[in-house]
Amino acid sequence: MTAKESTLQREKYDVLIIGAGGAGLRAAVEAREAGLSVAIICKSLFGKAHTVMAEGGAAASMGNVNDKDNWMVHFRDTMRGGKFLNHYRMAELHAKEAPDRIWELEMWGALFDRTQAGKISQRNFGGHEYPRLAHVGDRTGLEIIRTMQQKIVQLQQKDGREFGDMEAKIKVFAECTITEILKENGKIAGAYGYWRESGEEVLFEAPAVVIATGGVGKTFKITSNSWEGTGDGHALALKAGANLVDMEFLQFHPTGMVWPPSVRGILVTESVRGEGGILTNSLGERFMFKYIPDVFKDKYADNEEEADRWYLDQDNNRRPPELLPRDEVARAINSEVKAGRGTEHGGVFLDVSKRIPAEVIKKRLPSMWHQFYELAGVDITKEAMEVGPTCHYVMGGVEVEPDTAAAIGVPGLFAAGEVAGGMHGSNRLGGNSLTDLLVFGRRAGEGAVNYVKSAGANPVSDASIKAAADRIEAPFSRAGGENSYALHAELQEVTHNLVGIIRTRTEIEEAVIKIADIRARSKNVAVSGGRLFNPGFHLAFDLDNMLLVAESTAKSALLREESRGGHTRDDFPGMNMKWRQMNNIASFDGNQVNIKAQPLPVLPKELFDLFDVHELEKYMTPEEIAKGGSN
Amino acid sequence: MARKLNLRIWRGDATDGGLKDVQVDVNEGEVVLDVIHRVQATQMGDLAVRWNCKAGKCGSCSMEINGKPRLACMTQVASFDENETITVTPLRAFPVIKDLVTDVSFNYKKAMEIPAYEPPKDLAPGEARMQQVDVERSQEFRKCIECFLCQDTCHVIRDHEENKPSFAGPRFFIRIAELDMHPLDMLKNRKRTAQEEHGLGMCNITKCCTEVCPEHIKITDNAIIPMKERVVDIKYDPARMFAGLLKREKRN
Ligand SMILES: Cc1cc2nc3c(=O)[nH]c(=O)nc-3n(C[C@H](O)[C@H](O)[C@H](O)COP(=O)(O)OP(=O)(O)OC[C@H]3O[C@@H](n4cnc5c(N)ncnc54)[C@H](O)[C@@H]3O)c2cc1C
Ligand code: SF4
Ligand code: SF4
Ligand code: FES
Repeated sequence: MTAKESTLQREKYDVLIIGAGGAGLRAAVEAREAGLSVAIICKSLFGKAHTVMAEGGAAASMGNVNDKDNWMVHFRDTMRGGKFLNHYRMAELHAKEAPDRIWELEMWGALFDRTQAGKISQRNFGGHEYPRLAHVGDRTGLEIIRTMQQKIVQLQQKDGREFGDMEAKIKVFAECTITEILKENGKIAGAYGYWRESGEEVLFEAPAVVIATGGVGKTFKITSNSWEGTGDGHALALKAGANLVDMEFLQFHPTGMVWPPSVRGILVTESVRGEGGILTNSLGERFMFKYIPDVFKDKYADNEEEADRWYLDQDNNRRPPELLPRDEVARAINSEVKAGRGTEHGGVFLDVSKRIPAEVIKKRLPSMWHQFYELAGVDITKEAMEVGPTCHYVMGGVEVEPDTAAAIGVPGLFAAGEVAGGMHGSNRLGGNSLTDLLVFGRRAGEGAVNYVKSAGANPVSDASIKAAADRIEAPFSRAGGENSYALHAELQEVTHNLVGIIRTRTEIEEAVIKIADIRARSKNVAVSGGRLFNPGFHLAFDLDNMLLVAESTAKSALLREESRGGHTRDDFPGMNMKWRQMNNIASFDGNQVNIKAQPLPVLPKELFDLFDVHELEKYMTPEEIAKGGSN
Repeated sequence: MARKLNLRIWRGDATDGGLKDVQVDVNEGEVVLDVIHRVQATQMGDLAVRWNCKAGKCGSCSMEINGKPRLACMTQVASFDENETITVTPLRAFPVIKDLVTDVSFNYKKAMEIPAYEPPKDLAPGEARMQQVDVERSQEFRKCIECFLCQDTCHVIRDHEENKPSFAGPRFFIRIAELDMHPLDMLKNRKRTAQEEHGLGMCNITKCCTEVCPEHIKITDNAIIPMKERVVDIKYDPARMFAGLLKREKRN
C-alpha cells in the first residue's frame, strides 16, 4: 500500500446520495427511515442546492382551490406539456403521488400559504388546467429545502438519543465533489471525490448510489442555474455505463432578466404571469395572441377581453396565452425580438404594475420585487420588467426504471430529480419539478433500500482507487496548459450560438466538431495554485462533465429531425409523429458519446382512454390511434 | 462603459494572510460578486469565494464589504463612490479557510441542537387547517436564507470565541421563535430552553442582527423581544405556570 492509500479518508455506508437538493434529501429520509446508514454528499454548503432557488411552487392536484382537479387532469396536463414524449408511467406516478408528498412536508413542519378555508393554497401556472401549485410567496424552494434539512436534523437527533452520536447513521458531507462512481464486478461499489475545502481526497464505499445532482444550465451562456449546474450526475452516470435519454430537450424559460448584463439569465418566476402579468413588445402590442399553436386553440383565449375575464371566472373562459407552456412562450419572445419588436436590451416587457395593486404585488411576489429593485433599479409595482429566454432546465437525463428510479444497465445505481430523464418528455411544466423531486426522490430511496437488502458487500479494489486518484492529481502536474475558465467560456459560446433555442443541421454539426475540439484541449488543463479551496481546480472537473453533456445534447439534437418542446429545428419545423415514438438514447464508449433511437413505451389503454381521441390525433399516427393503447 | 475599480481583497488561509490590491474592470449594473469573479477568471485563478444563486436567495456569498457584513451578490458597485477602494474580507466571526471562505460549521452544529418540530400525534396528512394570519408570524422567520450575517455581526460571539458554546445566535433564536409560534408544533417550553440552553439571556437587544439581515426579518422586535418577555412572564407568574400544565403552553 502506498503512503497515499494509507492516509486516504475512507467512509462506509449502505446508501450514498450524491446531491442535497430536494431529490437527494427526500431519498435520504426514505433510506434512513428504513433503517439504513446514509451519506449525503453535496458540492455547496448544506441547504444551498439549486432547489432553494425555486420560486413559483410545487404542482400537486390537491384540489384545494378548484375541486375539479385530480390526478387524471394533472396527468393529462403533464403529457400535453411534454408533447406526449413523456414516459407515461413516470407522469402517472407523479400525478398520483404528488399530493401525498406535499401533505407529508406539512407534517414535517412546512408552512405553505393558506386558502380561506385554511387548506394549502394553490396558484395558477402555465399549462396547468386548474390552480395547482402549492407555494409560499415566491420562495417555495426555500421552504422545501429547509423543511427537509430540518427533517434530517430531526432524524439525527433521534439517532443521537439512540446511538449517542447524531451523525452515527446519517451524515452530510458538504463541499465535497464526487468525481467518479466506482463499480466492481459490474455493480456499484462506491464513489470517489475531493473535499473542495482542503482538496484532500475521499473514498465512499456503498453498494447503492443515488444520483440527485440536478441540472446542466452552466453548459450554456445565459442560464438561471448556479455554478453547481454542471451536469456532473449526467456525466458520472454515462461514464458508469448508464444511458441518458433525450438530451436534446432543454427548457429555455421565457422570462429571465436581460438587463443589466451582470444579471442576464437570472429567473423571473412564472408566477408573475400566473398572478396576471402580461407580455408586450416595443409597440405596446400584447403579442402572445398571435402565437397560440393549433393544438392549444381550444384552451387559450384569442382576445384580450376573454383572457382578462378568465382571472375572475375560469369555468367559462379560456386562459390567457401568457400561460401557454414555456417552450411556446420562449419561442414567441424569440420571434418578436428577431422581428425587431424587442426592447432596447433585446427582451420584451412583462408588466404586473397595471393590473395588480402595489401592496398585493409586494405580498405575492416579494422576492421578485426585491430582485428587480436591488439588481436592476426597477420598481415592478410601477414599471414593466424587461425579460427574455434563459436556459433553465434539462428534460433529458438518466434513463431509469420508473417505479424504482433504478438506472437502466447499472445494478445499484439510482437517479432522481432533474438528473433523471423521461418524466417531462420534451417540455416540463412549471411546478412539476418540485413534486418530481419528492415523488421520485422517495422512490429512489426506497429502490436503493430494496437493492441493498438483497445485494452483498462489494468492496472497492485498489486499482479503482488508484485510477480515480490519478485523475485528480493530473491537472496539478501539468504546467502551462489550457485555462479552465477560458475553455468554459468557449464552450458556452458554442452551445449558445449553435445548439440554443433555434437549431439547424449545419450549426449543430459545427457544434459537434467544436465541442470535440474543446474536449481534446481540456485534456491538457493545468491548474494554478494549491489544493486548498481552489476554484480553478474545481472547474477543471466540472468542465469535463459539461463537455460530455454538451456532446450528448448536440448529437441528440442532430438526430432528431423535428421540432417539439425544448428542441426547435429551423430546418424541420413542426412535430413529426414518427419521432414522437422515439427516444434518443445516449451512451458513452469511453471515447465518445453515441446516440441511438429507441421506441418509446406505448401508453396503456387505461391511460390512453383518459384523453379525448381527437386530442390524441394531433400527436399520434392513425395506426397508434386504431390500437387504442397497449394491451 | 467599463471603468477601472480598485479592489482590495483579503487573501490567505488559517495560518497567514493579508490584503492584496488589484485593479479590475467594472461595467454598469455590476455587483461586488461580479468583479470578484472577474478577478478570479483573469488574475487569480485560485481565489476562493462562495456563491450559488447570484440573486440573494441562497445566502452563500456572505462576506464583509468595507467592514460591513453583506451579500456580495446584492451589493451594487455603483453604491460606492467612483474612486473609492472597495475592501472585501471574510466574515470575522468564523475561522477563515481560504481568502473569502470561512468555516461556518458552528452554525450547522447549532442547528442540530435546536429541538426539532413536533407534529400533533393525531393529525392525518392533508387534514391540517391553519389560517393565513396564523402562519404568517412563523413564515417571516422561515424566509431566512442562512447567510449567517446576523451571526457574524452579533457582538456576543464576534470577538468572543469563549461565548460560542453557550450561545446559539440570532439565526437560531428566530428558528426557536418560528417553532414556538408554529400553529401545530407540540413541543413545550421552547422559550424557556431558549433562555436556559441556547443563550437568549446573553443577548442585550442591540439590534445589530436585524440591521444586517438581507431578508429584512425583524429578528429582535418580532422574535427575540417577544420571547424574552414571555420568558419573564413564565418564570415569575405562578398562575400561568399552572395554566401551562393544564393547557398547551403555546400561546402564552
Ligand atoms: C431559479 C429557479 C427557479 C425554479 N423554480 C421552480 C419552481 O417554481 N417550481 C418547480 O417545480 N421547479 C422550479 N425550478 C426547477 C427546480 O428547482 C430544479 O429542477 C430542482 O430544484 C432540481 O432539484 P434536484 O434535487 O434535482 O437538484 P438540485 O437542487 O440542483 O441539487 C443538486 C445537488 O447535487 C449536488 N451535486 C451536483 N454535482 C455533484 C457532485 N459532483 N458531487 C457532489 N454533489 C454534487 C449539488 O451540490 C446539489 O446539492 C427552478 C429552478 C431555478 C434555477
Ligand atoms: S440583538 Fe441580540 S442577537 Fe442581535 S446582534 Fe444584538 S446581541 Fe446579538
Ligand atoms: S436571519 Fe437574516 S441575517 Fe440571519 S441568517 Fe437568516 S437571512 Fe441571514
Ligand atoms: S449568491 Fe446566493 S445570496 Fe449571494
